Amino acid sequence: MNSDTRKKIVRTFVQNKAALVGLALSLIVVLTCLAAPYLPLPDPVNQTLSKRFKSPSLEHPLGTDNFGRDVLSRVIWGGRVSMVVGVLSVLIAMGLGTIIGLITGYKGGYIDNLTMRVVDVLMCFPTLILGILFMAALGSGMTSLIIAIGISIAPRFARLCRGAVMTVRQNDFVEAARSMGMSDTRIMFRHILPNVLGDVIVMGALWVGAIIITEASLSFIGLGVPPPTPSWGRMVREGLDFMGHAYWVSVYSGGAIFVTVIGFNLFGDGLRDILDPKLRR
Amino acid sequence: MLSYTIRRILMAIPTLWVALTMIFILVRVIPGDPTTAVMGDYVTEKSMAVLKQQMGLDRPILEQYGLYLFNFVRGDFGNSLITGLPVIKELKNALPHTLELTFFGLLLGTVTGIPLGILLALKRNTFWDYAGRFLSLAGLSFPSFYIAVLLILFFSMKMDLLPVMGVGNAGNFWDRMHHLILPSLTLGLLMMSYLTRMTRSTMLDVLGSDYIRTAHAKGLKKIKVILKHALKNASVSIVTVLGIYAGILIGSSVMTEIIFNRPGLGSLIVGSMLNRDYITITSIMTVYAAIVILINLLTDLSYGLIDPRIRYE
Repeated sequence: MNSDTRKKIVRTFVQNKAALVGLALSLIVVLTCLAAPYLPLPDPVNQTLSKRFKSPSLEHPLGTDNFGRDVLSRVIWGGRVSMVVGVLSVLIAMGLGTIIGLITGYKGGYIDNLTMRVVDVLMCFPTLILGILFMAALGSGMTSLIIAIGISIAPRFARLCRGAVMTVRQNDFVEAARSMGMSDTRIMFRHILPNVLGDVIVMGALWVGAIIITEASLSFIGLGVPPPTPSWGRMVREGLDFMGHAYWVSVYSGGAIFVTVIGFNLFGDGLRDILDPKLRR
Repeated sequence: MLSYTIRRILMAIPTLWVALTMIFILVRVIPGDPTTAVMGDYVTEKSMAVLKQQMGLDRPILEQYGLYLFNFVRGDFGNSLITGLPVIKELKNALPHTLELTFFGLLLGTVTGIPLGILLALKRNTFWDYAGRFLSLAGLSFPSFYIAVLLILFFSMKMDLLPVMGVGNAGNFWDRMHHLILPSLTLGLLMMSYLTRMTRSTMLDVLGSDYIRTAHAKGLKKIKVILKHALKNASVSIVTVLGIYAGILIGSSVMTEIIFNRPGLGSLIVGSMLNRDYITITSIMTVYAAIVILINLLTDLSYGLIDPRIRYE
């Protein structure tokens, strides 16, 4: 990419106000979550039963929950789980999907046929259901959560990457590389991969939001990171039991999910608009 | 059309077979012996062997696989490991609740989302377009369970209008519909957001084509151009999206069922997951796969109806 195209991309991005707002929102959320240990917040796990169900006040801006824990502090600490799971799962899905897509798209033939049939079937299942199944296979915990979600979404990346590879494969430079005697692996990773990476990254950006929702849904069901580590999905679930007199626990932790996801979605949408001129309207 | 229909139905069978095979493999991959799950950790070797024999787990893996496929074709899913009742019975109880919920969610989303998308495309780059695009993106950023929480808070707790829990009295049609409003509204809002966005961008593609300009130029009424020329050509893409999101909606119905305490497939699969009831899990996965494959089949068939060219390919 030369510096002219880069400048143009940056300019289009800056002009896209929605994308800028999205970037700002996601950055604020990510930085706040990263800074959690350094912020003057009450302990998110310690229970103070005398302070149960305090409504939002100066001392507790978002109120306290059924164990007297500060909701704001729990929302910020809980965000760390969502961020880590969101980003790492996307990376796993991108990595796995890209490799599968590269090989099947480049090689074609029966490997391609067989793999794509399996991918099609995996895409049949709702992501959440697949996630539930993989969580059951891997046991609870943060690592299994990341792997479960990553594997559930990888087929979608494989499909996208395969399609892109099949288009790039037609180019003369691939033929040239082959006639120079380069190995298939070298052609795939050095010549084709850089050309499909853009598509994969845009899709990754678009999926971070959806993955944060999937993670929250899994922990809402009780298949997420085990307590006492705070996580957004479980906080909404816990708050549901006392919605009548303490709405703030569910409403604010769910609100955190919404703000984060809309930030990533606006950003991802903007990124796609920039890299795909066909959609720029 | 008949030969097209038959061809599509025949093509769905291998997909279903691959899906069944994958479910079989995935469930076998889950660690933890199903027998320990049923009987607990403190179990004698002997009683475990008896149970294994009952469940057919002592047979060669290929024989288990063959039996699984054979039983599926016969519609026999085995007995639940927890309740001991035939799983097919539980499925028969749960499935109508899920289908009912998904159907109304889909209906609500379709009748609002498609017209909204068309309107936004016509009002392109105006205030309404920006507002509509932002709102539909916001709709996609809500986890389904959070929409449900907000709806409950407003309609059930503040206004005291609608029930929160359960499916209502089975014999009383109006009571059941009354209980269905909030859950289907939850799914409907999601579906509306998806469809508004996709309809808008598809319509924009079509509205830019030459034949639309021609139709305008020869003096056709605007409404006729939009509905007969533009919408009809956009409908193949819209139906595709409708099919894809109907599948996604079934995933979201899991969360909705849990929040509203509806005894559908979602509640059943989460319950059996927590109890490690492998037989029920396998069966529900099979049902989900079958539903999604059926949706894909219907999508394919409607292509044939919408665009006669597709029938002859």
